[in-house]
Amino acid sequence: MIQLEGICRTFDVGGRPVYALVDVDEQIESGEHIAVMGPSGSGKSTLLNLIGCLDRPTSGSYRLGGREVGDLDELQLSEIRRDWIGFVFQAYHLVPRLDAAANVELPMIFAGIARAERRRRVAAALEAVDMSDRADHRPDQLSGGERQRVAIARATVMGPQILLADEPTGNLDSESGSQVLELLDRMNDEGLTLIVVTHNPDVARRADRVMVMFDGRVTQHISADDFHGHLLPYRDPQEAQ
Amino acid sequence: MSIPDLLKFALRALSGHSLRTGLSMLGVAIGVAAVVMLTALGEGARRYVIDQFASLGTNLVIVVPGKTETTGALPGFGGVPNDLTLDDAEAIRRQVREVRNVAPVSMGTERVSFGERNRQVMIVGSTYELLEVRELGMGSGRFLPAGDWDRGAPVTVLGTTLVRELFDNENPIGKVVRIGEWRMRVIGVLDEMGMRMGIDFDEIAVVPVSTGMKMFNRASLFRVLVKLGSSGDVASAQRQILDLIIDRHGEEDVTIITQDAVISTFSSILGVLTLALGGIAAISLGVAGVGIMNVMLVSVSERTAEVGLLKALGVRRVQILAVFLTEAVLLSTAGGLLGLAGGWMAVRLLVQLYPAIPASPPTWAVVAALSISIGVGAIFGVLPARRATKLDPVAALAGR
Ligand SMILES: Nc1ncnc2c1ncn2[C@@H]1O[C@H](COP(=O)(O)OP(=O)(O)OP(=O)(O)O)[C@@H](O)[C@H]1O
Ligand SMILES: [Mg+2]
Repeated sequence: MIQLEGICRTFDVGGRPVYALVDVDEQIESGEHIAVMGPSGSGKSTLLNLIGCLDRPTSGSYRLGGREVGDLDELQLSEIRRDWIGFVFQAYHLVPRLDAAANVELPMIFAGIARAERRRRVAAALEAVDMSDRADHRPDQLSGGERQRVAIARATVMGPQILLADEPTGNLDSESGSQVLELLDRMNDEGLTLIVVTHNPDVARRADRVMVMFDGRVTQHISADDFHGHLLPYRDPQEAQ
Repeated sequence: MSIPDLLKFALRALSGHSLRTGLSMLGVAIGVAAVVMLTALGEGARRYVIDQFASLGTNLVIVVPGKTETTGALPGFGGVPNDLTLDDAEAIRRQVREVRNVAPVSMGTERVSFGERNRQVMIVGSTYELLEVRELGMGSGRFLPAGDWDRGAPVTVLGTTLVRELFDNENPIGKVVRIGEWRMRVIGVLDEMGMRMGIDFDEIAVVPVSTGMKMFNRASLFRVLVKLGSSGDVASAQRQILDLIIDRHGEEDVTIITQDAVISTFSSILGVLTLALGGIAAISLGVAGVGIMNVMLVSVSERTAEVGLLKALGVRRVQILAVFLTEAVLLSTAGGLLGLAGGWMAVRLLVQLYPAIPASPPTWAVVAALSISIGVGAIFGVLPARRATKLDPVAALAGR
């Protein structure tokens, strides 16, 4: 479903190029559960934003469901984000003045979905993340784990193909973190393609396979069977040789 | 996205910052209230002046020597081809059917003195008929003697202020005053009546018209006031007077001013004044617009992460533009309505305090103020809204 070929992403910082992604070739199938690991600054978030069509590659080809993303204009990209992709952020990014239900409703309002249908879907999405009894609570009245569950309900309410999560448990204690991870696992079991960026080996262990990044390159693929939690997979590829 | 959803979303965003929202609304409200109040005052002044002129009666026609169109000068000043004489006035009285009364007027300023005291005042030379034509009242004594058009008796009638200044508490009737080189006996004092059509009747001395013309060394009258009968047709009388003058002078060398013309002239001058006042007040709406822009810019930069989120959710650029524009327009519209209510109440209060001035804002000003205030939100909201749509979603979400 996701095909990356020779993807480069270069930032210009004060006239100097910063190579955030270098020659990334990857293929991700529908329904896969991928974890992305790597040291800070290795390009994990940049890769995720690119897959989520929030950013464009400097060079290379990105095909999503057979369509070349590079050929799409701004409007078409926003439609892809709306219909194909859900984002979950480390910082939740709930709108503080809106209660949980209104936050979940948000993407549907802008997608022009009728009010009755919206109400039905909000109820179902909150039910799925076990937050039905907190529908009228504002974000500041919820714990971190609860906020992230509301954010997951919002990310999935439009029925996306792909869920992109950038350190979804980064701000959570292990108890609420594992609740969130179980939720994500369950959605993946139901067919959602899941890509999780994480620093935590326990989070990565749940994935089908792990992509390890270093300095903008994907340096290692580890299948779930080979993955050992005690091994930190951050290795300089030069050292490894 | 439906309009009600858009409005609801914008309202929720605004109500989150009630103080900021309220203050920027207040800016618009003050602007609109200023437009309403100032145009109401201007309109009040216009109606007040018109009422003043209208109270003199509509059946007054004024003949002024000189033709405005041909000389290009104001009537009565320079470029007068033929004198407007007492005989002309007499002819108008005799030959124009609708005429009830004619009062010839000559005018100048002279020093009036009594004993040690003296004052420079306006001297009106006229006849007995002025009393009725101008609806003057007598405080004491008599007005100029009737029938004296060309003899010029050495008598004068004074205004009340002038009498007070020259005579203190003495009775002026029968006393002799000096007007320039002329010795005149005071035979009457006018009622106190204040300003009428630009002349303070309390500060004049009235003398017989032929005396006045000699006094100022003029062959021509200043003007001829013609009072028509109550059923008189103004247009027809105007035509007849003009024909008569052309017949006597061989050309059309007078200007005829009717009450209607005077009123419409003043009305249009004061209408322009109202417009100018409204325009000045509208500037404050521009200032209010800058206030709205400022508030919206703050709002956009505060909600950078929210804009990034909306983009990540697949919200289109135009929709983000619509969200922020709607907020700005809601702000300015609410402010406009507030200002309308405030301005209206202020005008009501003013009318209560000064019932003489019929102040009320003209409809066009109310409509314009409201639509400008809505437009202000739309125009000054564009820049902040565009800034929001241009945010890079990745940077916005990262709080950069
Ligand atoms: N907008 C930007 N402008 C300039 N440089 C950028 C920008 N975004 C990312 N980078 C650079 O690209 C590189 C990869 O950044 P990225 O955020 O993808 O790292 P990451 O793997 O997500 O790190 P972390 O684990 O700390 O989140 C870094 O060197 C970073 O400084
Ligand atoms: Mg990152």
